[in-house]
Amino acid sequence: MDSKRNSRRELLKFGVALAGGATVALRGKAQAQEHNHPATPGPENASPMIHGSKEQIEYGQRSKYVTSVRMAHPMGGRASPDVFGKVFHVATPLQDSVGVITPSSLHYVATTRGSYLPDIDPQQHTLTLHGLVDRPLTLTVDDLKRFPSVTRLHFLECAGNRHDGQQKTVQETHGMTSCSEWTGVLLSTLLKECGLKGSAKWFVAEGAEEVKGASSIPIAKGMDDCLIAYGQNGEPLRPQQGFPVRIMVPGFEGIYHTKFLRRIKVVDRFYMNYNEFGHLRPEAKELALGEQIGPKSVITYPSGSQQLSGPGFYEISGLAWSGGGAVKTVEVSTDGGKKWNRTQFKNTPQRMAHVRFGYEWRWDGSETEILSRCTDEIGQRQPMREEIANWWKVPFDRNYRVPGLDNSVMPWKIARDGSVTNGLA
Amino acid sequence: MGLRKMLEVRNPLKVVTILLLGSVVGSPAIAQSPTYGVGRTPTAEELGRMDIAIGATGEELPSGTGTAKEGAQLYLTKGCIGCHGAEGLGGLAPALQSKQGADVPVWKKERILPLRSPYATVVWDFIHRGMPLGLEGTLTPNEVYSLTAYLLFLNHVIPEDQVLDKQNLPTIKMPIGDEFGKPHEFKLNAPRLKGYPY
Repeated sequence: MDSKRNSRRELLKFGVALAGGATVALRGKAQAQEHNHPATPGPENASPMIHGSKEQIEYGQRSKYVTSVRMAHPMGGRASPDVFGKVFHVATPLQDSVGVITPSSLHYVATTRGSYLPDIDPQQHTLTLHGLVDRPLTLTVDDLKRFPSVTRLHFLECAGNRHDGQQKTVQETHGMTSCSEWTGVLLSTLLKECGLKGSAKWFVAEGAEEVKGASSIPIAKGMDDCLIAYGQNGEPLRPQQGFPVRIMVPGFEGIYHTKFLRRIKVVDRFYMNYNEFGHLRPEAKELALGEQIGPKSVITYPSGSQQLSGPGFYEISGLAWSGGGAVKTVEVSTDGGKKWNRTQFKNTPQRMAHVRFGYEWRWDGSETEILSRCTDEIGQRQPMREEIANWWKVPFDRNYRVPGLDNSVMPWKIARDGSVTNGLA
Repeated sequence: MGLRKMLEVRNPLKVVTILLLGSVVGSPAIAQSPTYGVGRTPTAEELGRMDIAIGATGEELPSGTGTAKEGAQLYLTKGCIGCHGAEGLGGLAPALQSKQGADVPVWKKERILPLRSPYATVVWDFIHRGMPLGLEGTLTPNEVYSLTAYLLFLNHVIPEDQVLDKQNLPTIKMPIGDEFGKPHEFKLNAPRLKGYPY
């Protein structure tokens, strides 16, 4: 699917180049399309050969024709790297994604305050569990791998993953979310091994990077589905994802998923850490929306800055996820929100994981707006921005800021020439 | 109660009750014993050294003292001024003092740690764990108390001559007072906010 799109885009450029050439005058649409197909391959080798090398044998590389990359996310007006060489926010190229797994190299990155990347020797790293437990426990990474493991698909999303009218691509509007297959030990397995005391209510998860980022997490969540992960997509975690150990707090905002995890302290109350200070809000209601992520979806194809090559068939494709559980339904509208159509799931929806949806669409060439919305298994549904303002009983305008993590519907505008732009602009 | 004495009890029902109680009290200890026996027990010294998460009551704080005057000196000698600017203003790193007047409510002011934090312990905690950049963990407890005092003084939270220590740091009244949302009780498989459909 991806290669098809890429070649379409490439060919489109080719077509534009032809149309702009001095020797080429006006071309009819049918004629241009004829030229938009490569010659039928014969027995000769049409492509140069890539010779085998030690590097290629040891660790494979993608084709040089695949150029999709992450970008520094301009969130908060802060560069990555910043003047101190720290990385703060880096966004995933969702516009090029297929399926639901984000390649580890393209997973979004966010750090507690802007951080350097610790270069941790896994042989030296330990995780200690202590506080309100009968037996404190210190584990090496090898120790962790001796416990019964689980492997689960989970998304991560940064609290700052907001869409507004200024952004152009889906990488800018929604690129601070990614999804991987994570392997590790359930935190409940470790806490049972330590003997959790009855007075335990929260736990603090702390990292080993220079700022030792720490968050308070309810113990009920910890005993339910938190995962002490050492594997991502079939190999050890990448350093940018917390090598050698991180905690997954499925469905909670990204900052709770402490990387370089070195310590779990079980406590009897909410601990106001620096991370929590960042979450502070005047209203408890708004604070609550900064923990579990609501139901959310976005169309990744066609999306901002992409180009449709002309009227005809397209499969609209996108991702949906929720911090409340598995996604139940995704609907797509191709007429600006008047009619909503059921979509197909491309994989089985799992709890707190991206699911890929598709909708078969025949574009008639007229100007329109396409949108997606989803519901999850606990009955939450993805809202329009106006609905959120109405619930909070505040006036709605185009600059309305959605409280908590922004899970409102994202519109893409399609012009007659097939260009796709941000519908919020 | 000895076995002999138990057997002497006339009412057999009472004996059964005592035996049952014994097994109920005993069972959680059995269920709670380690299943896998992997890993080692950290020493109290190790735990003390790594326990840098300072709660609002300050029980993890080390002994020590510091004042704003000492902190102002350290702010220069430790290089804080290089990134945060003179008196916490005008640097490339986050501002440490509000530019706005005393009459502006704290939620309308910038998000500045020594101003908006509900507890002075968070200011201490963050300087201790996260500063100075590249030399984290090198400040002594006295230095952290002093720098905390300086930043609180700059933001008009404490007077310049107040000596901060383990006992009084948790009792400092911060400008935000009690005017911040408290965490709700998290429930599994429930909407993120009760009554919120989205």
